[in-house]
Formats: sequence, structure tokens, C-alpha cells
Amino acid sequence: MGNRRKPRLAVWKFASCDGCQLSLLDCEDELLAVAGEVEIANFPEASRAIIGRSYDISLVEGSITTPHDAERIHKVRRASGILITIGACATSGGIQALRNFKDVKEFTSIVYASPQYIETLNKSTPITDHISVDFQLNGCPINKYQLVEVLSAYLNGRKPNIPSYSTCIECKLKGNVCVMVAHGTPCLGPVTHAGCGSICPAYNRGCYGCFGPKETPNTAALSWQWKKLGINDENLVRAFRGFNANADAFRKESEAHEK
Amino acid sequence: MKSRTIKVDYLARVEGEGGLFVKIKNRTVVDVIFNIFEPPRFFEAFLRGRNFTEAPDITARICGICPVAYQMSSVHAMEYALGVKVDGQLRALRRLLYCGEWIESHILHIYLLHAPDFLGYEDAIRMAKDYPDAVKNALRLKKIGNELMILLGGREIHPINVKVGGFYKVPAKKELENHLDDLKWARDAAIDTVKLVSTFNFPDFEQDYEFVALRHPDEYPLCEGRLVSNKGVDIPIPDYEKHFEERHVEHSTSLHSVIRARGAYHVGPLARYNLNFDRLPQSAQQAARDVKLATPCNNPFKSIIVRAVETVFACEEAIRIINEYEMPEHPAIEIQPRAGVGYGCSEAPRGTLYHRYRIDDKGKITDAKIVPPTSQNQKIIESDLWEFVQKNMALSNEKLTWLCEQAVRNYDPCISCSCHFLKLHIERE
Ligand code: SF4
Ligand code: SF4
Repeated sequence: MGNRRKPRLAVWKFASCDGCQLSLLDCEDELLAVAGEVEIANFPEASRAIIGRSYDISLVEGSITTPHDAERIHKVRRASGILITIGACATSGGIQALRNFKDVKEFTSIVYASPQYIETLNKSTPITDHISVDFQLNGCPINKYQLVEVLSAYLNGRKPNIPSYSTCIECKLKGNVCVMVAHGTPCLGPVTHAGCGSICPAYNRGCYGCFGPKETPNTAALSWQWKKLGINDENLVRAFRGFNANADAFRKESEAHEK
Repeated sequence: MKSRTIKVDYLARVEGEGGLFVKIKNRTVVDVIFNIFEPPRFFEAFLRGRNFTEAPDITARICGICPVAYQMSSVHAMEYALGVKVDGQLRALRRLLYCGEWIESHILHIYLLHAPDFLGYEDAIRMAKDYPDAVKNALRLKKIGNELMILLGGREIHPINVKVGGFYKVPAKKELENHLDDLKWARDAAIDTVKLVSTFNFPDFEQDYEFVALRHPDEYPLCEGRLVSNKGVDIPIPDYEKHFEERHVEHSTSLHSVIRARGAYHVGPLARYNLNFDRLPQSAQQAARDVKLATPCNNPFKSIIVRAVETVFACEEAIRIINEYEMPEHPAIEIQPRAGVGYGCSEAPRGTLYHRYRIDDKGKITDAKIVPPTSQNQKIIESDLWEFVQKNMALSNEKLTWLCEQAVRNYDPCISCSCHFLKLHIERE
């Protein structure tokens, strides 16, 4: 192993806020160790250097919203060995997918005085709508410890240990008081993917679903419970139409309350 | 006729996607474009129809580097519209959270993004091989800022604990006191940082800027005050749009903010420092004096020293707030929706961030406007490049290109923020 070259890491950005890739720089205790394991070969947020044209591991942040990006993502796929999407933008389309429910022309003219100059697609779509990906990490933003786990799993040729149960289970594991049962606070925890460590309930707040839907969520049952707490259809639409509005389960549930 | 172009397609060590283009003809700069090619994400559009309570969580997602700035500007604007004022310990906790973001963001920029330029490294990781202690201290400092955000916000990126009216949950005094030792270490490390970065080589470059920042009667500004400048602006926040506007400049792909009366202006650490030096705590003033940092300082390359001085302030302010803290009885004040218009300005690490919202009597947002610091600095960045290249024509392309990148990084531009408001100009015949 001694003289093998270090695996090359690249970080790619599409429509996003940069928060997910910042998570890597926020790994203050692990950053230098990670940097020792890989060669940071293309990470513009952190470095001017660009090394080589192909990368063993690519992290992709952001969603596809322009014709140019819809082409660029294929180039990234071709240049990458393992490709991992990081965050809600990349895995579901992100908050910018709220345009998917509206007329994008109207949106453009609200923000820009000369909308004819704006080249943008009607929809904000996740990376998986365009290419095949090797692993998807949820969260808006992702959990940096999960990122380190996924990276070290791939560097060591094992499967990442990322549980796919709900935020609700994380609460139980943590011993949080259930905000829905104890305070009648509407919470998306039962249908939301684990990963954050149940932050919101620990702060007396209902989960707003920033980690996206868990596997096979029963959103209809949760909506029914929310209604019992006095939440009307309009607010249910808004609740499911957040940072993962375009994720299948959340999109369908929001549409069910729009009729 | 000899023509030269300097082109950087993808500007590194800035937040988001931008490039720059400088054209030289017969030893004269004829064109400068600081390009933004971030895809638009339409925040102002999809805020319409959302509830006023959602603004801090939604607008945080404009920028992962300064989410607290978005949360602070938005809650202040909403509270203005709703006619409530958050005071006392809740107000202090907001400042404390913001101090955490300032420490994190300034240290990220100083050590990880900007110092490598001065020391000639491609990045901080390569720099760490020769300066291991400096980089390790930087990571510890950054972490201390992040830990304040984790305690008060629940997490460092897109905190979940900020709401219109206050917080969801407030910490006990003991929880805050646990951070005191770290913060004292951080303050001293920040003073050392001032010393360290002041030894860098600074290009001899000054411009006659109009600096704009908040100014508060007795504090270094974070969330409140009047908007002032060194050339005569002195207005309350709600008058912002009367004096400042965004214009589309033909050669550029983006919107530039200007002062209606005069044109380009400069926001950020240099502006705050020059306009509010007297509001800095003694230790921060002394740190600046010790390294002979001028007031006013008109050299944008020296903004790295000012960031370090502001980090001293942020640590000092955090210590003061924790010492004076008493846990408030309620984490937030109750709020009833009502129709109105609200304005908010706060000082993001990279400069003034303006929000305006109109809400209806049910609390639904009907209109939103957001002006981030980078779109306000964009015109100044271009004019710096113009002057800088003209003065340093003799340098090789390679050297000049790196220095131009560095000149852009002086502003710690946050391109992800600005793009939602900047124009992507695609010319078609
Ligand atoms: S998922 Fe959220 S944190 Fe990550 S890039 Fe997108 S908006 Fe930012
Ligand atoms: S509890 Fe829900 S909304 Fe809060 S951080 Fe976790 S996943 Fe995101």
C-alpha cells in the first residue's frame, strides 16, 4: 500500500447554499486527518489547486436548475469513481424546488427586472434524475459526522453505516420528550429520515423535515394526527413543501392537501 | 497594439461560483468583469405565500456560510412589521449567537481562505505543512465559534433555534459558562492572529471609498443602529431603499448596488471598523494600535487584519454577555400576526445585509426583498481590480492573476448569497 497514490477527492457544486460542502471544513477535529488520507484534488471552496482530471471520490452538492448544469453533471459522473450526493439540494432538489409547483416565468419576473436574461429550467431536480449515484447523504445541511463516516467507509471499502429509520426513533434513542405527545407541537419526526440526532425536539420544537423522507414513510397517517392538533390543509401543504418539497413522499402528501 | 487578458474561470476560495475577466489593451485596462454564474434560486419569489414565522429558516438557506446573518436580518424585519421589540437577555443571546458566527466565519476566511494568498500556498491544507501550529490554532478558534452556535442554535449550519420573537429554548447560565475558558483562550489567540497577519506583505493600494455600515449609540454594530457612511449617509434602516438602489450595469452580468446620489460603496469589516472604531472594546482597539493599523484604513488587502481585530471584539463581547447573563423566564415573546411592512439590517461577517417584508393580517408574506453584502460590494470589487491591474501592469500574467484573485477575496465574497439577486446575463442575438 505504501507507494500507492492517495485517492483523489473532488467536491462539485450545483444550485446550493454551500452549507453542505462547508460541513467538510467544519470538521475541525478531522479535517487534517481527512486531508492526510486523500488528495484534495478539486475543491474550489478551499483550494486554488486542481490536480488531474479524474477523481476517485466525488462529493456533489446542489440541484440541477439550468441547461448548462444538466450537461455538466454528466461530465462530473464521467470524471468520478464513487459519486456521493450531499444534502437536500442534491438528493431531492432542495428549497429551490419550490419553483416546481409554480410557473417559473412568474418567479423570474418577481426577482429579476429583465427576466429574458435568465436561463433556467422549469424544475429544480435532484442529481439522481440525471445520473446514477453511489450514495446519497440526506440533510439540509448534512451531518458532518455522517460525512466523515461515509468518506471513511468508501476509503476502506466498506458499506457506510447510515441508519435509514426516522428522526422519531432518534428521539427515542436520545431520550427526548416527545413534543407532539407532551406539548401538542406538530412534528415531522415520524416521517423524516434520521441523521441530525433529533435536534429540533431537543430544543422544544417540532421537526420540520430537513433530512427529507425516511424509507416508506406513512405521511398520510401523520397528516391525520396533525389535523387532530388543529393544523389545516393549507398549513399541511406548507409543512411538506419545505427543504425537501420535491422528494416523492413529501411532494405527494403536499399535493394531497391542495385539492 | 498589444492586448492581454486575465481570465479566471472558476474563482477558488470564495463561497459559490464566480469568475473574473480583465482586458488590457496598450497597457490600459479596458474592461473588468467580476462574473457571477450561480444559478438563481428565487428566494424572494417563493417567500411569497409563506408564513412570517418561516422566514428565518428559509432565508438561512440562502447562505450556508452566514445563516445567522439571514436569520437576524429576517427576525428583526418581521418584528418591525409586527410592532414588537425583543430586548434584555433575549437580545443579548442573539448577539451571542451572532458572535459565534463572526468568530467562525472570520477565522475561516482569515486562515483557510485568505492567508494562503499572502503566504503563497494554494490552500490552507498545503499551508499546514509549514505552519502546523497556526492552522491547528485556527481550527480550534473556528470550533469555539461553532460551539457557541451549536449551543444556542442547535447546530452551526442553519441553526434551528432562532424564531421571530426570540428562541425556542434558552440555555441555563451554567451551559454558557462552560464556554468561558475557551472564549478567553480564543480572545488571546485572536490577538495573536492580529499580530501574525499584520506581518504579511500588503500591496501598496488604497482607494477613496465610501464606507457604509450600521452604527449603534453604544455598541459595535451587529443587528441594530442607523446606516451611516463617511460621506454623509446617516439614515434609519427603513430609509435604505430611498438612498440605495440596485442597477443593471451593461458590461456586467449582475446587479450592482449603488448609493443613488454617488455610486459605488463599500460594506464589510473595513467599513465597520472605520466607522465604529470608538465602539470596539479596549482590547480590540489596543490590538489594532499595537500593529499600527490606521483608522481609517483604506487598503482593502488589510481587511484580513480588521477581521482579526473584529474576532477579538466577538470573543470579548461573548465573554461580556455570558458574564451578565441571567436565564430569561420565557424563551420568546408571544406574537400576534398583523398586516405591515418591516425592515431589518444586520452586519453579516462580510457586510450589511438588508431585508424587507410585507405581510398580511394573517401573517402571510406578500412581498420580500433581500440585498446581500456581496451584491453591494460588487461594483467596488470591479473598481479595485481596474485600479489594481492598471498600477501593476508590469507583473507577469501568472502573478497578476493570483493578485487579482486575492483582491476579490479581500471582500470575502459570498456568491451563493448574491446570485439570487444578481442578474445572469446571457446575451442572445
Ligand atoms: S442541502 Fe441545505 S445546507 Fe446543503 S447546500 Fe442545499 S440548502 Fe445548503
Ligand atoms: S429535527 Fe428535523 S428539522 Fe430539525 S434538524 Fe433534525 S431533521 Fe432537520
